[in-house]
Parts: sequence; C-alpha cells; structure tokens
Amino acid sequence: MNIETLSPFVLSLITFVPAGGALLLVLFPRRDRDIRLFALVVSLLAFILSLHLPAHLVRSQPGFQFEVNSQWITSPNIHYHMGVDGFSLWLVLLTTFLTPLCVLISWRIHDRVKEFFVLLLVLETALIGVFTALDLFLFYFFWEATLIPMALLIGIFGHERRVYAAVKFFLFTMIASVFMLAAILWLYAKVGSFDFVTIQNAIRTGQVSNFAAASLWLFLGFFAAFAVKVPLFPLHTWLPDAHVEAPTAGSVLLAGVLLKMGTYGMLRFNLGLFPEQSRRNAPWIMALALMGIIYGALVAMVQPNLKKLIAYSSISHLGFVVLGIFSFTGAGWDGAMFVMLAHGISTGALFMLAGILHERRHTYAIREFGGLATPMPIYAALFLFMVLSSVGLPLLNGFVGEFLVLSGTFRAHPVYGILGATGVIWSACYLLWMYQRVFFGKVTQEANSTLEDLNLFERAALWPTIVMALLMGVAPLLWLGVIDPAVRNALEPLARVASKMVGQ
Amino acid sequence: MTANLHLWLIPALPLIGAASNGLMGRRSSRRAVSFIALVFCGGAFAWALYVASRFSSLTLPHAETLGPWIRVGGFSADFAFYLDPLSLIMLLVVTGVGFLIHIYSIGYMWEEGGYYRFFSYLNLFMFFMLTLVLADNYLLLFIGWEGVGLASYLLIGFWFTKDSAASAGKKAFIVNRIGDFGFLIGLFLLIKHFGSLNFDRVFPPVAQMKAETAGAGWVTAIGLLLMVGAAGKSAQLPLYVWLPDAMEGPTPVSALIHAATMVTAGVYMVARSHVIYERAPEALTLVAIVGVLTALFAATIGVAQTDIKKVLAYSTISQLGYMFLGCGVAAFSAGIFHLMTHAFFKGLLFLAAGSVIHALGGEQDMRRMGGLRHHIPWTFWTMTVATLAIAGIPPLAGFFSKDEILWRAYQASWIYWLIGVSTAFLTSFYMFRLLFLTFFGEYRGAVAAGPEHGRGHGLHDAPGHGGHGHIHESPTVMLLPLVILAILSLAGGWVGIPGSLGGGNRFDKFLAPVFDTTAIAQNREHAVPGEQVPPESEGPATETGRGTELMFTGVSVAAAALGLLLAWLLYLRNPELPQKIADALGGFYGAVLNKYYVDELYAVLFVKPLVDGSARILWQAMDQGVIDRTINDGADGARHLSDNVRHMQSGNLRSYAGWVAAGAAVVIAYMVWTGLR
Repeated sequence: MNIETLSPFVLSLITFVPAGGALLLVLFPRRDRDIRLFALVVSLLAFILSLHLPAHLVRSQPGFQFEVNSQWITSPNIHYHMGVDGFSLWLVLLTTFLTPLCVLISWRIHDRVKEFFVLLLVLETALIGVFTALDLFLFYFFWEATLIPMALLIGIFGHERRVYAAVKFFLFTMIASVFMLAAILWLYAKVGSFDFVTIQNAIRTGQVSNFAAASLWLFLGFFAAFAVKVPLFPLHTWLPDAHVEAPTAGSVLLAGVLLKMGTYGMLRFNLGLFPEQSRRNAPWIMALALMGIIYGALVAMVQPNLKKLIAYSSISHLGFVVLGIFSFTGAGWDGAMFVMLAHGISTGALFMLAGILHERRHTYAIREFGGLATPMPIYAALFLFMVLSSVGLPLLNGFVGEFLVLSGTFRAHPVYGILGATGVIWSACYLLWMYQRVFFGKVTQEANSTLEDLNLFERAALWPTIVMALLMGVAPLLWLGVIDPAVRNALEPLARVASKMVGQ
Repeated sequence: MTANLHLWLIPALPLIGAASNGLMGRRSSRRAVSFIALVFCGGAFAWALYVASRFSSLTLPHAETLGPWIRVGGFSADFAFYLDPLSLIMLLVVTGVGFLIHIYSIGYMWEEGGYYRFFSYLNLFMFFMLTLVLADNYLLLFIGWEGVGLASYLLIGFWFTKDSAASAGKKAFIVNRIGDFGFLIGLFLLIKHFGSLNFDRVFPPVAQMKAETAGAGWVTAIGLLLMVGAAGKSAQLPLYVWLPDAMEGPTPVSALIHAATMVTAGVYMVARSHVIYERAPEALTLVAIVGVLTALFAATIGVAQTDIKKVLAYSTISQLGYMFLGCGVAAFSAGIFHLMTHAFFKGLLFLAAGSVIHALGGEQDMRRMGGLRHHIPWTFWTMTVATLAIAGIPPLAGFFSKDEILWRAYQASWIYWLIGVSTAFLTSFYMFRLLFLTFFGEYRGAVAAGPEHGRGHGLHDAPGHGGHGHIHESPTVMLLPLVILAILSLAGGWVGIPGSLGGGNRFDKFLAPVFDTTAIAQNREHAVPGEQVPPESEGPATETGRGTELMFTGVSVAAAALGLLLAWLLYLRNPELPQKIADALGGFYGAVLNKYYVDELYAVLFVKPLVDGSARILWQAMDQGVIDRTINDGADGARHLSDNVRHMQSGNLRSYAGWVAAGAAVVIAYMVWTGLR
C-alpha cells in the first residue's frame, strides 16, 4: 500500500469542503466582494483537492478506490461508505472544475449575494456526494439534497417565470425519485444493508429472495428517477423551462453535472445491480434515447430562444449517453462516459456564453440579435469554438465520445447506430443556423452595435473550458485511460449474464 | 530500419502559422501576418520537397507514428502518417499550389478587413488538408476531412456581414455533414469487420478476398457509404449544391479549396480505398455512373451561367465528375492524374478570374466585361493557357489526363465514353465562351467611367477598389503565381504521356505500386516501386489497340475543337445569336439558367418540411401540446384533488414538497410491505 496518507480522507474532504465553506460564508464575510472571493477560493480548493484523485488512482486495480467505510447509523444499518472508480472519478472532477467557473461567471450578481454563493457551494457538495456515495441511503440523501439548492437557485435568482420552473423541476424529479427510494427500501429489507457492494454481491450470488419476480420493478424504480433526471424523452419537458429561467450558474451546473446524475445512475445502479433487466429492457430504452437524439435536435432547431435551444440540444446529447450505455459494448460505455464529460464542458460553456449575452441585453430571443461578430469579435470566436465542439468536430471534445458511442451501438444494433449517426447532421443544422442568426449579417438593432466584448471575469470563466475542450479532443487518452479499464471490468460480469440469458 | 522523415512537420507547420496569426494577428501588421503565413506554408512545401527528395530511398509504404489518439479495448487510432506515391503526389500538389495561392492572396486581400483572420484560416486549411492526405488510418483522415470542411465554412463565410456568404458557408457545412454521415457508417462497418481503421490492417485482408464473393455484401456497402462521403466533399450528384454557393468566398479560397485541393479529397479517398472498391464492383460502377452524370449535368449548367466564378464552379463539379469516372472504371491513376492537372489549370483559372474581378473593382458578371485582353495582358495570356488546358487541346496538361480517363472509360463501356466526350465538347464550349466574353469584343462595363461599381460587392471588391477607377493589371505578387501555374498547366501533363503517343506514362508507373493490389496482399516489403510494373496498366500494347486509342484521342480533340468553334461562332462572330437561341429555347433555357431549380426543389422537399414540421408538429403540437399539457394537467388535477395550493404563483414550495412526501410515503409503505411479505 503506497497510497499517500491523504488518500483515505480525500473524498470526504473534496465532498465537504464546499459545504464547510458555505457554512463559513453564512457566518463571516459581509461585503459582497469578500463573499465572491471566498466562494472562489473554496471552490478552487475543492478543485485542487480533487486533482489528487486522478494523480493517485491505481489504474491497474479494478473496483473502488480512496474508499472510506464506517458505520454511520446502526439501526437502520447505514454506512458512511464512499469511493470512486473509473466511472465516477471524472464526474467528481467535472463538478469541481465547473464550480469555480460558475463563481466567476456569477461575479456580477448583486442581489442576495451571500445566499447565492451559499446555495452554489451546498449544491457542489451534494453533487460530489452523489458521485462518491456507495451506500444507497447516503446516495439517496445526496441525490435529494441536490434538489433543494438547485430549486432555490432557480426560484430566487431566475428570470420571469422562475417559480413555475422551479416548482416544475422540483416536482418532476422528486416524484420520480420516490420510485427509486421504494426500490432502495425493498433492497434494504431483503439484504439488510444499504451498501452498494454488499447488495451487488448479494444479487450476483442469488442470495436475495424473490429477486427474480421483483427485479423488473426494482429496475424500473431506479430507472424512473434516472430517466427524468437525464432527461429521457418524453420526460424532458421540465428541462427547457428550468434552463430558461435558471441563472447562468444554475444552468451550467444543471446541464453540466445534474443531468449526468441520471446517466451515471443508470450505469452504476441499473446496470450494476440489474444487468439482466437492463439487457431485457434495452431495446425500448435505446429507442427512447434515439427519439431524444433526433427529436431534441429538431425541436432545438426551431427554438426562438437561445437558451431553450441549448437546453433541447442537451436532450439530444444525453440521448447519445443513454444509447451508449444500453448498447452493452465497451466502446459504447467508453463513449457514454466521454460524452458526459464533453457535454459538461461544452454545454456548460454555451450556457455561460448565453448568460453573458443575457446580462447585456436581458433577453435570450435569437431574433433580437444578429451581426454580433462585429461588435463582439472575441465573444463570437469563443462561441464558435464551443459550437464546433458541440457539433462534434474531430480534435475537439465532442467527437470522441459520439464516435465511440455510435461505433459501439452500430456494432450491437446497426439500425440504432445508423439512426443515431443522423445526429451529426442535425447538430450542424441547429447550431450553425443559430450561430448565423446571432453573429452573422449586419447589426440590425441599435442596442447591439455597442455591446461590450468579454470582460476579465468572463474570459477567466471561459478560457478553461476552451483549453479543456481542445485537450479532451486531442488527448482523450488522459480520460479514457481511466475510464476504459473500469468499463472492461464492469462489462466482464455482464458478458456472463448475456451468455446465461442465451443459454436459457 | 527506415529513416524518420518527421512527416508530422508537414501538417504541423501550417498549424503553428494558423495559431499564431489567429491569436496574435489582430495586433500585428499586415506584413507580419503575411510573413508568418508564408513562412509556415512555405515550410510545409519545403519539407514536402525534402521528403520527395528522400522518397526513392524509402521502403514503401512508409509509416511514422507521432503518438496515440484513441485507444479503447482492442481499437486504436493514432496520430500516424502514411507515405506512398499517392500521398506524395497529393502532398506536393497541396503544398505547392497552396503556397502559390498564399502568395497570390497577399496581393488580393491586402486591403481587406480581417486580413489576419483570412491567413489564419488559410493556414488552418493547409493543416487539415495535409493531415487528410498523410493519414495512415481512416479516423485521422476523418479529422482532416471534417477539418477542411470547417476551414471551408470559415472562408466561404469570410465576409460574414453579407447574409448570402454566411448562408453559403452554413450550407456547405451541412451538406458535407450529410455526406459525412455516410462516411461514418462506412467507418463503423470497417470497425465491425476488421476491428481497425488502419490502412495496413484493413486493406490486406480485403485484398485477399475474391470479388465475386464480396459482391453486394458488406464490402459493397462500405464502398457505397464511403462514396456518399466522397460525393459530399467532392460535390457530386446529388450533393453538389453547396459548391456553386461556395463562390461567396474570396476568390483565392475558391481557387485553393473549391477547385484545386479540398474538393478533390473525395477522389483521393476513393483512390486510397481502391482495394475495397476493387472487391466491390457494384460500388465502383456507381462511382463511375455518378461521376459521368455529374460531369455532364454540371457542364450543361455551366453553359448558361453569366457569373464568371459560377461558370468555373460548375466546371469544377464537372471535372470532378471526370475524376470519379476515372476511379469508377478502375483507372485510379488516371483519376489522380486529372486531379493533379486540374489543380494546376483550375487553380489558375480561378486566380485569373480573381485578377479580372480585381481589375474591374469587384465585377463578376461576364455580361459587363469584354475586350479586356489589352488592359490586362498577363491575366489574359495565362487564362488562355488554362482554358486550352481544360478544354483538352494538346499538348497541354488537361489533354493527357482527360484523354486517359476517356480511353479507360471506353474500355469499360462506350456509354461512359460518349457522355465523357460530349462533356468535353461542352467544357470547351463554355470555357471559350468565358474567354471570349471576358477578353474579346467590346468592353461592356462601366468601371473606367466611375469607381463606385459592382452589384452589392461593396465588401467583395479586390484591393484597389476605390483607389483607381480604371481597369488595371494586378500587382506582381498576384501575377507570379499565375505565370507559374500557367507553366504547369502547359507542361504538367507531360509526365503522363501515354504509350500510344510515344510517351512512357511515367505518372502511371509511379503510382503503379499503390494501385497494384497484389502487392498489398503480399508482404509489404516487396512493394518497392519500379519492381513490379504491370504492363497492362498502359492499355493494350498491340498495334491495333494503339490505332484505336489514337483514333479516340482524335475524336476527343475534335470535340474540343468543335466546342471552341461554336463558342467563336456564337460569341465573337455573331454576338446577337446566343440571345436568339436562348429565346427560342424558352423554358428549357430558363431551367438551365436557374440550374434546373435543384436548390428550389431541395428547399421544398427537405428544408421546409423539416423546419416547419419540427416547429409545428414536434415542438408546438407534440412537445407543448401533448407532453407538457398532459403533465401540467396531471399536476393541476392533483392540485385540485388535494385542494392544497391555490396560488401556484406564490411559490409555496414547502407545501408542495409536503404533499409529495406524503404521497411518497404511502407508495413506499405499500412497496416495502409487499416486499417484506
């Protein structure tokens, strides 16, 4: 064991540093400037701490690492069990990477500054917790804990219809989560533990009575919660409303990280606990994912609202993730993980860019713009870069994931792969058309001719995403090198399930 | 142990140029920007020449790996480069012509805004194009493939404040994406069957297959799908529609990207994949049919265009059709030969057209030109050379390459030949029409009278627009590339003089090791150039065969001469006649003038239904009408039922949450109870 002494505590530190910072923020600083700076420092600290994970992960060793496991509550039997593997590690880093940028992009918030940054930091803790928790109760705790700060961020700091959007978001995801809770409780009742690894072993070794009869419902219970979160067609209508009303930082974390809770959950719990049901149900789930890819893109194309367009494009991109996951191929899973990260970066950046425009013009209506490349050349260039990353241009981050997902899906189900691949056409349609309407042509509105180009904070928030998008496209192995072993490790028992199913 | 030639430098140098101009060019002087762009593009050319000089000492094909890119499971695609005679020719054409066009652009763009942006994009294009031709696997090739599409998008829309330019860029990108969709599926099929996209892991097993067993199977499918990609990139039927619009870009861009290099990427890819196509005869036949039909179709449109660049655009589509025809009849080296000569003479035609436009302060309509040969003699003479070359007049470059394609096409089917020769006639006709309308007769424009001329070309004007109102010859920096390309258009075909005309067709022999598939099937080390030159690649060597070949050569030269004659009759001898003919033809002429209304047809068939359907059916009816209303109604119903929250606007989250929690508790209690039973 040559893991550094920090390692056993590092996950807890990463998870709770933001919450601790939030607590201090409540207590101490008063001036808005100090609050912002403090929030930035705390979120940067969490990011630096999280860098420990990829630096010290033992890639050759499958399973969870940096584990902590201690009794939290004896009755019911709840453990404080945390750990990461190749699936969750990068999602933790995605969260810690995006949060400081969210702080930067929110620098100009002047109303209820303290509340805003407290909520943001609490949200970060909850999000990281979702990806690190290995006890189902703990997981559910963090899962629901993300709801409150996010709903409040939308409801307090959002735009005109913020309360409607916040309530809709809250209800949708809350109701769906109830089914997951029921499934978790069923499992606890049978296994006597909330521990993910324990439950997984119990299921694999057939120690759970009545499992065969219940497994479909359990699968669906988890799946309902995740499908709403992703969101999978046709459960997606909360998303555009939530995004349009949310403040920029809320949108960045919502699209960048929150949606991935759903796809991460599918990968970890649906496939991890119910591989057989996952296989059985894969056809209709993949069909819905395909619907999402195509439908999301076509509806995005005709949105008159810039932010809604990006929101619908998220539905399309997340469809690729679900498609890859349920393709049950190594490439599909690698790709699904990679799309999650890539989408987090590009869509996060696109929402920041949209927010920058809103700050200047107080509207997201595409027809209000036009010709912006003339007054805002740097903004236009960075926006184009992110559009291209989202379109899936090779050498940028979007391509690698989509390519792997589609090649994996094609291998398993050629028709699904072909239909999914039409996404490369649709994404070009909606993004380039939008880009043309916003940036090209002559400036038609007086208010647009004097728009200020990016300021220092905005640049500081955007440049990291640009660098990351390029790095992920050019050197994807930095990420895949961690993801791929975990994928191969997780696929191996599934292959056995498959052969068992064929044998039946 | 083979030498390390650092092939990666060839694409990397222009990338450095693009990055430094893109990041720092805004604050640099035009001189500095030009210097950087030229040095890095010229550096790539110089390195390509160095590689060529070392070429004979290499074991072919020569591969170099820079580093890994994607590796998952057993699949890998690396940053690795592949050098064989085919990529060497592409390398020299791209860097050579590219360098000349960079030089020309300095003069052409000097007074334009966004000067640094232009050269940054142009260097970026070079990077992607060179990646494309040097790639040793299909995925790296795809990087270049998409990347040149990006560069094309950026450069077509260079004058982005003009709506038509912005739309043209977008159209090019999207139509290319439709082709790329097919390309991608083809790649997935390759991965599925070979687990790899590396040329040296895909081609040998394919080469060992028998064509008969592969017919109509997945090899054919791969061939067809790759062809879809090629048709998009190389503007073939039915995906050619983006290329004429692409003329919105600055003229050097049209010369470099939309004539000499990028649009030939599809031809290169088909030739590169010849092993697959040889095992998929149906797919290859389709390549030939698409090519020959495109050649004829585009040539007929070219006859009626009045915009000098549009004529050249349709001409490019038509000539690309010839290249596809060549590949389609398995005369891959003939296709590549025409690719090379076309790069010379079509690049030259565009640059000369640019010089004309420059001289006239932005005028592109040939009806307002005429008599320019005395005003801009250098432009006139170089353009004449290019016109003779493309028309297929011996002994210029185009003659040899086109003749070889037609002869090989005849050996496959006389129909190909007949359509090909008819196209040659049309080509000669519309090209001399262009030459006569522009340079002969009376001047019909108004530039000399007043400098403020041009229909909405305010941005489009070449340098010197407002400065001097008279028709003027271009500066040396623009004329030098014209002259060099004229020499190449004149003599560039002499490397491929066929046996029937007493030459050795060295071009064909040079490429023979690439297209001789038995060499690939065998151990790679044996494929040394010059060792195995199949004699049949020069066509039948018998005396009667030679006589037939000469006769066919005579026919195509006659067709070209006929085209010249007709153009002379109509546009010099009886200038009022064309209008009468047009009137007599009525609707048909209108259809040709309006490019057979294909754009309008696509708009009605695809674009409008897609946009309207998405807006009305998917979004408004489905998303808002059905899904969202169902959910909101459900929520409303629940609200009335519980009678809890009367004012949703009050945002009483807690009471809502309370009800949800209560409902949840009931469900959970039930499920736990059933679970425990």
